[in-house]
Parts: sequence; structure tokens; C-alpha cells
Amino acid sequence: MNNNKVELDQQLSETVGKPLINGTPKITCRDVNVFYNQDSQAIFDVNVDLAKNQILAMIGPSGCGKSTLLRCLNRMNDTIDGCSITGKISLDGEDIYSNDIDPVLLRAKVGMVFQKPNPFPKSIYDNVAYGPRLHGIATNNSELDDVVEESLIKAGLWKETKDRLNKPGTGLSGGQQQRLCIARTIAVRPDVILMDEPTSALDPIATATIEELMHELKSSYTIAVVTHSMQQAARISDRCSYFHLGRLVEVNDTNIVFTNPEHELTENYITGRFG
Amino acid sequence: MLNIGQHISQEYNDELEDLRNQVLSMGGLVEQQFSDASNALLNGTINIAQRVTELDYQVNAMEVAIDEGCAQIIAKRQPTAIDLRNIFTVIKVVTDLERMGDESEKIAKFASELSADTNSMGFYKNLKHMTFIAKKMLTDALDCYARLDAKKALEVSNMDAEIDAEFEILNRLLSTYLLEDTKNIESILKVTWCARSIERVGDHAKNICEYIVYVVYGKDIRHVIDGKLQDDK
Repeated sequence: MNNNKVELDQQLSETVGKPLINGTPKITCRDVNVFYNQDSQAIFDVNVDLAKNQILAMIGPSGCGKSTLLRCLNRMNDTIDGCSITGKISLDGEDIYSNDIDPVLLRAKVGMVFQKPNPFPKSIYDNVAYGPRLHGIATNNSELDDVVEESLIKAGLWKETKDRLNKPGTGLSGGQQQRLCIARTIAVRPDVILMDEPTSALDPIATATIEELMHELKSSYTIAVVTHSMQQAARISDRCSYFHLGRLVEVNDTNIVFTNPEHELTENYITGRFG
Repeated sequence: MLNIGQHISQEYNDELEDLRNQVLSMGGLVEQQFSDASNALLNGTINIAQRVTELDYQVNAMEVAIDEGCAQIIAKRQPTAIDLRNIFTVIKVVTDLERMGDESEKIAKFASELSADTNSMGFYKNLKHMTFIAKKMLTDALDCYARLDAKKALEVSNMDAEIDAEFEILNRLLSTYLLEDTKNIESILKVTWCARSIERVGDHAKNICEYIVYVVYGKDIRHVIDGKLQDDK
């Protein structure tokens, strides 16, 4: 299409753009390969950095491996039979797949928000307090109250729920439930928040609220978000990555990806062309 | 060649194609305006000067319609990458085309006023050369836009220096003449304004060429000294 672009037939083994950052990254992925049942490879040689206090958006067609990679970042794939990973993923320089890492503690440091809001069938208070109780973050009820309040404030849900903390979390609207899930994630004081299509089940108003929240949260956390909405990726992310058939095709500053991407496959995808 | 089609949505392809055709039609009208205006000035065919004004109504209406089309596409499609650069360029190109139409109208107006003035004839040789280059720049710029040929657009863009040089020579000549013959100040000033308008047509054609480079390569070369890309591809 465009002779200025990296052509389709060029090897996809090397990611174009700026997959690695200057300075110290929060998370690094080096030569990451993911297999389901040996014979099926979902991710091929991914090398990428997640910068501290930035949002990295992961976009690409269904089945391209973006969610698989996201789930590798807090070892959620450990729960899938037959899933194996090679390469190295480090959080603050520490290999998260080393034997002395406890996945439960890792998932407290690298929290996750899913596509569909999934509050526990408990009160709003207990939804948020569950993690801190489990990890012993609060030593008494007063401290727990503070953690719940602080988390709900950060998730932008305090004003709406402070008078009904004992009501069921499932009674909230979809957008509020998703913010409750974000508050639940924040409550265990993570460093990184992973979001897998966090607004795909929400209406535009609730989506805008979550996006605004993400913008505020990035000053305290490192965020990686998988999204099918390219406009959302353009709005919220600092850097954007494009995946295709398990390969990381391009990572660049978001303003470059959406105005002048380097790879033809990226351009085809974000402009809605046949690829 | 760069292809603006191939979207999954055929309707989107059609909308972009329609927009491009409208820009080229508008360009055709402006070419006609400039050609008529310069013929009226240089050959004294003032009967066609009126047509320049009539065409200007059409050109203005097309500018409004194309801008509206761009707004619709932005609202409906949220274009990105090449599509975004393309829409952005269309908005800029039609502004330059409309201004070229205005310059042509000015030339046509002065052509009518100068038609009976034999004193100004001596400068027409310089004007003729400037007009020739400006016409070629306009035609070639539109051709480059139709084919999204950025390499050719760069060449065309560089032709503007020739017009500028010619304009400077003519200005010096006219200044000298003004000092020597104060009786003909009005005529000399009119010739100066015509020369200025022709020079502006060259500038606008150059702008169009720069936008074409932006669409194809995503590089903004406006106000770059030598008009060349650093890594010419």
C-alpha cells in the first residue's frame, strides 16, 4: 500500500517502533513465547517494556495474543492446563516466573480488572475489604475502614456508595460494579493494574468515567490495557502496541501509532482495511 | 501507488473516493479560472474575465461542500493514520484552491482595467513566464494529488523558487519604472498586484505539494529550507 511502510512480506520477527524504553521499566518481557498444549503457540518472541506510571494499550484482532500476554504478566495463565511460557518477564527487575515467587503475592502486586464486572456476592464494603483481609494489609477494623474508603475514593466510587456500604456489590450499575472491581484491585496496593477490555460491557457514560479514572490512576500505578476500541486506545494510552497472529508487530507512542504507524499491518488494522 | 481504498467498509471507500473526486473537480475549476484570468491579462481577451468571477461562486460552494464532507467523515469514521492525514490534507488543499480562485479573480479584474493601457505591455513578458510556471505548478500539483505522487510533488514544490526569483526581478523593474515615470503609477501598481497574485498562486500550489508529501510519508515538510526530505524514500 505505502512504500514508506514496513511491508507485509517483511519478517514479523522484529517488532518495529519503540518496544523498549529508555530508563528503568516497571515490567520487561524478553523473548516471551507462550504455548497451549505444546503444539499450539499463541505468542512468538515478544519483547516489550512497560514504563512506570504510563498506560500501555494492547490492540489487535481477536486471537492475536494480546490477552494471553496480559495474563502472563501476573501469571494468570498458570491456572490453564497445558499452558507453558518461555522467556523472561520481570517486575522491577525480578523474574516473576522464578521458583521463589508466590503467584498469590504477585497477583496482589499486579492486579487485574476483567471484561465483565465480577463483584463477589458480598456487600460493597466486603468486596473491597476482601483482599486487604487476605493479605493482612489492615491490622484492625479502623485501618480496614480507612483502606476501603481510600480505595473507593481512588476508584471514584466513594460519594456514590458511602451511605450504602453494606448493600450488595451486585446491586450497583454495570459501570459502578466495574469501578468497585477497580477499588478491590487497588485495595491490595498493587504496583501494576492489568485491564482486559475493562469497558466493553459498559455504556459510553460509564466508559468515559472508567477512562477518566484510568487517567487519574496512572500517576500511582503502571497500567496495561487490552482493548478492542481503537478510539479508546488512542484516548487513554501513552504507548500503544499492535499484535498480529501472536507477534508484537509495533509498539510506539500512541500519537505516532494513530497518525503515522510504522508497520503496514498496524496501518491496515487501525484504518479498518483488509489485512 | 498509495491506495486510499481497501477498507472493509465499502461505504467508507466510496466516501473517500467521492471526496477526492470533488477536490479534483474543484481543482479543475480553479485551473480554468487561472487560465482565463491570465489569458485576459496577457492576451487582452477581457470577454472571458467575467467567467472567472462566475466560476468563483462554484469554487466557493465546492469548498463549503467538501469541508462538510470532511466533517461528516470525521464524525462518522474517526479516521486514523493515512485516512486522518488524507482528510486533514483535503481540508487544507481546498483552502489553498479557494484562495487561488480569489487570486485569479483579482487578476481578471486588473486585466479588464489594464486592457486599454499600452504602457503596461512592456512588463507582460516577465508576467508571461511567471504565469507559465504557476499554471504548470497548479496542474502538476493536482496531478500529484490525484496519484498521491509525493516524489513528483517535491519536484513541483521546488519550482516555486523560480516564480519567486522572477517576481523579484519584475519588482525591481517596476520600482525603477515608478521612479522614472510618475504619471503611470496606477498602471504600474496594477501590474505589481497581478504579479503578486501570480506569485501567490505558485505559493498555494507549493502548499498543496507539501500536503501530498504529508499524506504519503506522514512528514511535515512545510517551512523546510531546501524542501527535501532528509531520508528521501
